[in-house]
Amino acid sequence: MRRRRFFAHGLLILAACKSKTSSASRVGDESQVSRVISARDPAYSKIGQAPDEQVAGEMIARVLRELTGTPTLQESWRAILGNAKVVGLKPNCLSGRGVASSPAFVNALCRQLVDNYPGLEKIIIWERSDKDLRTCGFEIRTSGRIMCLGNDRGGYHQDLIVEGSIGSLVSSFVVDQCDALINLPVFKDHGIVGISVGLKNYYGAVHNPNKYHLNHGDPYVADLNRMPVIRSKNVLSLCEAFTAQYEGGPPFMPQWSWPAGLVLASTDPVALDRVCWRTIEEKRKEKGLPTLAGAGREPTYILTAADSEHRLGQADLKRIKEIVLT
Amino acid sequence: MSYSRRDFFCRGVCLAALAVAGTRKQAGAVTRRPGDLIPPREADYWESAEGQRVLCKLCPKECRVDDLERGYCGVRENKGGKYYTHIYGAVCAAHSDPIEKKPFFHFLPGTTAFSIATVGCNMDCAFCQNWEISQIRPEQMEVYYMPPDEVAGYAVTSGDKSIAYTYTEPVIFYEFMYDCAAASRTRGIRNVMVSNGYIQEKPLRKLCGVMDGIKIDLKSYREKYYQEICAGELAPVLDALQVIRDEGVWMEIVYLMVPTLNDSEEEIDGLCTWIADKLGADVPVHFTRFHPQYRLKHLPVTPLDRLERALGIAKAKGLHYVYVGNVTGHESESTRCPACGNVVVRRVGYTILEVSLNGGKCAHCGNSIPGVWH
Repeated sequence: MRRRRFFAHGLLILAACKSKTSSASRVGDESQVSRVISARDPAYSKIGQAPDEQVAGEMIARVLRELTGTPTLQESWRAILGNAKVVGLKPNCLSGRGVASSPAFVNALCRQLVDNYPGLEKIIIWERSDKDLRTCGFEIRTSGRIMCLGNDRGGYHQDLIVEGSIGSLVSSFVVDQCDALINLPVFKDHGIVGISVGLKNYYGAVHNPNKYHLNHGDPYVADLNRMPVIRSKNVLSLCEAFTAQYEGGPPFMPQWSWPAGLVLASTDPVALDRVCWRTIEEKRKEKGLPTLAGAGREPTYILTAADSEHRLGQADLKRIKEIVLT
Repeated sequence: MSYSRRDFFCRGVCLAALAVAGTRKQAGAVTRRPGDLIPPREADYWESAEGQRVLCKLCPKECRVDDLERGYCGVRENKGGKYYTHIYGAVCAAHSDPIEKKPFFHFLPGTTAFSIATVGCNMDCAFCQNWEISQIRPEQMEVYYMPPDEVAGYAVTSGDKSIAYTYTEPVIFYEFMYDCAAASRTRGIRNVMVSNGYIQEKPLRKLCGVMDGIKIDLKSYREKYYQEICAGELAPVLDALQVIRDEGVWMEIVYLMVPTLNDSEEEIDGLCTWIADKLGADVPVHFTRFHPQYRLKHLPVTPLDRLERALGIAKAKGLHYVYVGNVTGHESESTRCPACGNVVVRRVGYTILEVSLNGGKCAHCGNSIPGVWH
């Protein structure tokens, strides 16, 4: 469906769009303990530098095996992806390079999926626009087993999806094409909503992200992630945090970044964001900056995402088990 | 030219495309396909904030926008600490409409207005009938580049007496609207804005200098409604109404009555009391029928008795010119002289059947009828 056609149709759908298959389990019960796994590249030291692709691949493999508790990568990916055939990867390319998704990291992931997930038919790397992807160094590919393109080319699903108080057209990749989504956020401060990690990264899935920024994104970020079509398909958050940023985001500000050298993974999108929020607060304290609340942009949407109305995951740090791979 | 606004957009903006295609032939407008952006122009009314942030001072939302981000309207973007508009000259809809369709009932009756819009809005009303263009971003739709001189030229050649900035929210294309109005006034074309009135005082006062009429969609008389249904605020809109009154620009008010949400007797009573007190009895007020749209498809059409009840309340409060809208053929579509009770402008829908005015005065009794009549 071309974009012009669905603007002409414009039907309202209050309920969810149908989702395809996604057999992966989801952590959404506040009584459960969620896990966030991280691995660090001790050799990474230069702020803004893209990671080494081979090292990134090894780190992805380690966190994935730990997360799924499986001995082989084939079993790990099967545990995550279930029967999905078309897998969508959502990088974050907003700020260009520096504190944005790198082709090296995404290529490492693609290689691993191709080599270790027999059920795979297609990977779609998608962002808001071709331009965003190109700016980060990605090559636009509109055919083949691994595609890479923006919503401006792929279009949006024709039906309006209303969740909470905002209605949006959602990326056709999300609604119509992908069976499962892997969220590939970066790890950074955000001047309006506090931090931009996994939950916020799905702003790129809707045609009107500007409508989601009021009140520091609370409850709008949580509402967006509650859309059944996102909630049911988002099977893994894999955060590329080689360079992380604690102030001045979303644009890349090297003076407020540090070479974290991290890859973080979780099947609980709230838990991942909560851990990153705490880490950014620690870094801000270390640097003599006020808390995000003190700066007037506490990311309370993360807490909202875990509340009884949303149940998207675990925001209580006492119920989040952090495993640091050494 | 008898299409309703809803028809207009439900037909896929085809009419707009056709209308503008005609313009293109005459004026050389350039098509921009989805994904392309008109070259940005530095915006008016913003301040630098900490870091590379900017503070937008155009509308009361006062978006604090980071570098690479856009304001709530989706059409203004911070690029390296400067604020730009992406929609200067980026026309997404253009059509000659009866002025009654805006609606203006006391403004050059029986004439047409060259009506234009760009994409974007600084609110997000759950009942928006034009959400397909008001709630998208500039790069998501095909637009036509029409600089202000071409807009003015087209209004002249097509015989329109005015240019109407309408369909979406003109405040967010302020710079373009202002320049179009300035360019067209010198050619004898009037200018009217159809707006939600969600604009700061300074830009509004400047705009009043080039506007001949302003129609404000007053969504409700309760803050809660504005916040929950429209993502806006009531107080700044009431302030704007008083500024327009103060500036002496012709003004009409539309109140879309949404069943169960803003149609209570108490609310209408409060609204009419405020209008009579702050704006005066001569401001035309249109109570219009809601049709299920966008995020409010579950609500029914406004019952006629609710509209007529509002009409009765308004008249009891002393308002002189009160109309029911979106109910073609209703008796209140016509304008009556408040002094003698005779019809001075008889309407059915957008059609003017009879005008009984002499120099803006009732042809029956000589009472002055406020408005812009010639």
